[in-house]
Amino acid sequence: MHPRASRVALVAALLLTVTGVCRADETALKLAPDADASLVQSRCSVCHSVDYIQMNAAILKRAGWEAEVKKMIKVMAAPIPADEVDRIVDYLVKHYGAE
Amino acid sequence: MTTRRKIIKAALGGLVLAGGSLRLPRALAGLPPGALESERLESLPGKRPLIKRSYRPPNYETPVEDFRSIITPNDRFFVRWHHGGIQPVALSDWRLFVGGDGATKPYELTFDALKHDFEPVEVVAVCQCSGNRRGFSQPHVAGVQWGHGAMGNARWKGARLKDVLERAGLRAEGVEIAFDGADEPYLDGSPDFVKSLPTWKALDENTLVAYEMNGAPLPHLNGFPVRVVVPGWTATYWLKQLTRIRILTEPLDSFWMKTAYRLPRDKFPAAARFDSQTSETTAPITDIVVNSLITDLTDGAKIARGRSRVMQGIAWDGGAGIRRVEVSRDAGLTWEDATLGQDLGRYSFRPWSYRFRPDRAGALTLLVRATNTLGSTQPAELIFNNPGYHNNVIQSVTVEVV
Repeated sequence: MHPRASRVALVAALLLTVTGVCRADETALKLAPDADASLVQSRCSVCHSVDYIQMNAAILKRAGWEAEVKKMIKVMAAPIPADEVDRIVDYLVKHYGAE
Repeated sequence: MTTRRKIIKAALGGLVLAGGSLRLPRALAGLPPGALESERLESLPGKRPLIKRSYRPPNYETPVEDFRSIITPNDRFFVRWHHGGIQPVALSDWRLFVGGDGATKPYELTFDALKHDFEPVEVVAVCQCSGNRRGFSQPHVAGVQWGHGAMGNARWKGARLKDVLERAGLRAEGVEIAFDGADEPYLDGSPDFVKSLPTWKALDENTLVAYEMNGAPLPHLNGFPVRVVVPGWTATYWLKQLTRIRILTEPLDSFWMKTAYRLPRDKFPAAARFDSQTSETTAPITDIVVNSLITDLTDGAKIARGRSRVMQGIAWDGGAGIRRVEVSRDAGLTWEDATLGQDLGRYSFRPWSYRFRPDRAGALTLLVRATNTLGSTQPAELIFNNPGYHNNVIQSVTVEVV
């Protein structure tokens, strides 16, 4: 690393330390562990970070999550095969549902 | 617990690990559990720490304490996008196309031409997300679980949209003005974020094609280089990274007009009209409802008994202007006037202050409500709607007198 670049990096690191706040990073997000967690992660995160799911925990019942998944397919053109829809909805209801 | 570990790590060494971040010191009461669990205070490029609701699309709100200044600084202004992967726009490549089937003389503008060919005008105006405070909806509804901070107040500078449209030879048949920006969805089939205004609102002399925000270029995440500024109306119309303006002789057919951002008509009968997009039962959300916020006290704050103190806050509405702000200390039985502060125009936050002396120790609940010059005020009960828009229920803060 160029000396100036390393100084900049050091200052940046110090600034982060002082403010105690880091830059946005969605890779740290972890969905509730389960057999279909990686399926949900891979399908949903094509378009959005999965904190969309987490922040909406305990709000929607089955019909609500089903409507969300169908909206993503029909309106947002999410490439989710038909035979995966039930698994995704089941997972969302089980871990992030209101029931 | 992961979260506690993260806080301890931050407290011990201040070392920030990859992917680490901080929980908020004070959670907002009333947000759903998933929102409280997933919110983080984080800095985006060019921004001071904001409350992260989602990383992608980036949705970040302004902490309440930052509303103690009437003008929200650019680096604290909230961030809201509909699609992820927002690419910066290079000024040299940027062009604004103005045309559509309702224009007789379509044309293109460079950034310099936009600045120099039209009279520059300024307006201080609140930009507020339609779903601000959705997180407090009872019952909770799905969507971005915003607290109080999906809004900001800035001094916008730009050309009047009216002037830009007139150069294109606006035909009398022009029913709506449509806007598109440089942002694009990930997937080909996803609906691009395009919005329209009724021509009457587009021709309002306060509606701008803005290139400055608080005397500086717009931050990338707030729509650099140019965004639409629609004083009085919710932020869904304030299209960012603006590249195309079309004068339409038919209503815009877009998911973001026909399906999203709509309200049941009977719930908000006094809303500004958008006839060309109104159905029998629903209408697009339009003007901001009258609202207020306490900015220097939060639930659980301790205040001294027997000592006179001032409580501060802001009030705003859809452009009629704030006439009165009142505070109640007895659950709404009696109300006392707060003192209105500096007036930066009818589209701006209006600061207010209220002096009181708490005489009894224990919990004290403070309610605040604003009334605008039309006599509209805030409801004691939420006007519930499924999309969670227009939450202007009277705010209450319970402090502890010690």
